[in-house]
Amino acid sequence: MAGEPSGADKNRRDFLYIATGAMATAGTAVALWPFIHQMNPAADVLALASIEVDLSGVPVGQAITVRWRGKPVFIRHRTPDEIAEAQKVDVGTLRDPQADSARVQKPEWLVMVGVCTHLGCIPLGQKDTDPHGEFDGWFCPCHGSQYDSSGRIRKGPAPQNLEVPQYAFIDANRIRIG
Amino acid sequence: MRTLVRSAGVAALAAALFAAALPASPAEDTAPLKTPQWSFTGVMGGFDTAALQRGFQVFDNVCAACHSLSFVAYRNLVDIGLPEAKAKEVAAAKMVTDGPNDQGEMFQRPAILADRFVPPFANENAARYAMNGAYPPDLSLIVKAREGGPDYVYSLLTGFADAPHDVTLAAGMNYNPYFPGHQIAMPPPLAEGVLDYADGTKATVDQMAKDVTQFLEWAAEPKLGERKRMGLGVMLFLLVLTGMFYAVKRAVWRDVH
Amino acid sequence: MSGSTQPSGGPTKGVLGWIEFRLPIFSFLNSSVGYAYPAPKNLSYWWNFGSLAGVALVIQILTGIVLAMHYIPTAAEAFGSVERIMRDVNYGWLLRYMHANGASMFFAVVYLHIFRGLYYGSYKYPRELLWWIGLVIFILMIATAFMGYVLPWGQMSFWAATVITNLFSAIPLVGTAIVTWFWGDFSVGDALLRRLFSLHYLLPFVIAAMAIIHLWALHQHKSNNPLGIDMKGPQDQLSFHPYYTAKDLFGLGIYLIIFAALVFYVPNSLSEPVNYVPANPLQTPPHIVPEWYLLPFYAILRAVPDKLGGVIAMAGALVVLFAVPWLDTSKVRSARFRPIFKWLFWVFVVDAIVLGIVGAHPPGGAYVPIGQIATAYYFLHFLVLMPVIGKLESPLPLPDSIATAVLAKGKR
Repeated sequence: MAGEPSGADKNRRDFLYIATGAMATAGTAVALWPFIHQMNPAADVLALASIEVDLSGVPVGQAITVRWRGKPVFIRHRTPDEIAEAQKVDVGTLRDPQADSARVQKPEWLVMVGVCTHLGCIPLGQKDTDPHGEFDGWFCPCHGSQYDSSGRIRKGPAPQNLEVPQYAFIDANRIRIG
Repeated sequence: MRTLVRSAGVAALAAALFAAALPASPAEDTAPLKTPQWSFTGVMGGFDTAALQRGFQVFDNVCAACHSLSFVAYRNLVDIGLPEAKAKEVAAAKMVTDGPNDQGEMFQRPAILADRFVPPFANENAARYAMNGAYPPDLSLIVKAREGGPDYVYSLLTGFADAPHDVTLAAGMNYNPYFPGHQIAMPPPLAEGVLDYADGTKATVDQMAKDVTQFLEWAAEPKLGERKRMGLGVMLFLLVLTGMFYAVKRAVWRDVH
Repeated sequence: MSGSTQPSGGPTKGVLGWIEFRLPIFSFLNSSVGYAYPAPKNLSYWWNFGSLAGVALVIQILTGIVLAMHYIPTAAEAFGSVERIMRDVNYGWLLRYMHANGASMFFAVVYLHIFRGLYYGSYKYPRELLWWIGLVIFILMIATAFMGYVLPWGQMSFWAATVITNLFSAIPLVGTAIVTWFWGDFSVGDALLRRLFSLHYLLPFVIAAMAIIHLWALHQHKSNNPLGIDMKGPQDQLSFHPYYTAKDLFGLGIYLIIFAALVFYVPNSLSEPVNYVPANPLQTPPHIVPEWYLLPFYAILRAVPDKLGGVIAMAGALVVLFAVPWLDTSKVRSARFRPIFKWLFWVFVVDAIVLGIVGAHPPGGAYVPIGQIATAYYFLHFLVLMPVIGKLESPLPLPDSIATAVLAKGKR
């Protein structure tokens, strides 16, 4: 019936093909999102993303480890010596410069995620009998990173200080992490 | 092609006539269900937050004494419009077993938002022991797990009646024509005056039954609103896309004789 | 115009040419679903269901893979993990409803595909093996669907698993031993659930492989068509692309609309409410039925009042389909030219629907004799009517070629 399509006709066809292709591609892209997003933390996982910790049972000079979002959180009740040592460090000499005051809310309580910023191992130093490294803090057995009494990286391959999670004091003896 | 479609129509009609002529299945002895208007049915349907909150009040005051709601968490109450502080209060009123603590012992603590609804009995055996051998089923999925869905739950809740003269009730049983076998261990749960609604709505048996049914529908299918909203967008998109596919097909086939 | 004016080889220049030289994938695609694959020019919309079945399989595999990331195959946690998918996993409700209703959509298009083949004689020489491979896919689908249905570990899941695995106890002498071997236990439980999950994950990939072999066999002698006569030359053909790709896309749009309507508005309409009750090994639900797509076979199973006989009849209903290329003695493929067989086909369709209705109801009253008559007719159709009518019937005259028939229709 019809011969070869005329120019205008061909243009109209091409536009239709391109518009349909674009529409189908966009639809497919949107449809992929549920398949990707299902791997993100589910609602029940998110509900456990914040925890409350009672600090009243931790004497000076001792530390506890609590689990938060599947990771260990180090909570240390620091001695006055440790606090003084952490505060007198010249911030300018540090690899990841950060004053001790920027890392704590109350000087006697140091709260941080106990995961080495190098490759994710758990540093030693929570127990008295653990090695504490040259800086009276934590020592990562995997590749020898050394953290000071403020959890700052001082020696070894780790690029950053131990991460301080978001937390808040609910009252004098309790904090909420997350 | 056209004859094929016509024949397919004839075949479908024959099958439908046959189906209509068949006897109803003999097991169905329950009364026809009441069919109230629900806000959540229909293509554009969704939950009524005020009704859900009233329904939760009914569940919490009445049903929760015997029935668990084990797949719903206290955090989910925020989704029906309860303020987070209120949801925390609801949770903290219940105790859950946690542990072990530093001494290696299990301990009781108030429930938090992340916890699932605490069941009234520790397990099925405890429930049966306390309930004269009857087991109050978990209500998380009750609406989806019963033929007739919300209509069934509503009919059952409002359907208690005195047994007809020809029916002898077993000990401890109650008459309800909507329940299979007509004898149900659950006594009529709703009565005028069991509670006052926080929002001032008059708590009639009918109102409470409707509200708690809506609450249980939400408990069974919490994503219903999201599902229908997304469905609308998807359907519109697909209608347009299919229209374009049809135009493409026409354009491609135009020069074929 | 024949539509095969486009180049048939692959790219020769650039990156694509570099790849093509080493792995001729572009010319392969072109000759499989492109300009270089000729299809009869008169294919109707009944020929859409093959590609739709492929789409359905892909949707099932994709949704299944992501569901398996959250599902826990233990008797204690299976039901709860499915509910967690429905409530807590991001879009979990969407993925699960797609998977559950996708199975129904898959069976729906495959049934239409099979009935299309039966109407137009697509199983006849030289496509017998193509038909066989299709039937193998169908049987694998039944097995996969059954296993998938067990996974949520609701009441219907549990009792379907119990009843179906117990079918094998009908085998004389070794039946009980075989069932115990299936179960890995003395009843349906954890061991069976885990092996069914393992196989439910595996079989779809076997189906995908069989589908590729199905296409391979299809491409050897190309598609049958509504006239049931062979293509004789370019005047009878159209290139698959763009003609049938465009037509398949339109069909896909319709398919997705129906699929979306199910998923978003009536996601539980095709399943039994009682499967939202967790499995209870001590209490059978008052009325157990399989999913709709297995109802006809369930009716045949129940029609025979003997345990072994019922199982044999149900298996026979599938096995007899393998013999269809030889049971049909007519030289003419398409029912369009077979005045008697055409009507027998529709009677058979009604019979299959009747079996489905009977399968959905508890065995009692009129359903028992109706189910038995419908079962008898099922076998009568294939074993008696097909061979006899093929010999007795005088078919209408066939057109000379597809092209002349299409032209004649165009004039009219």
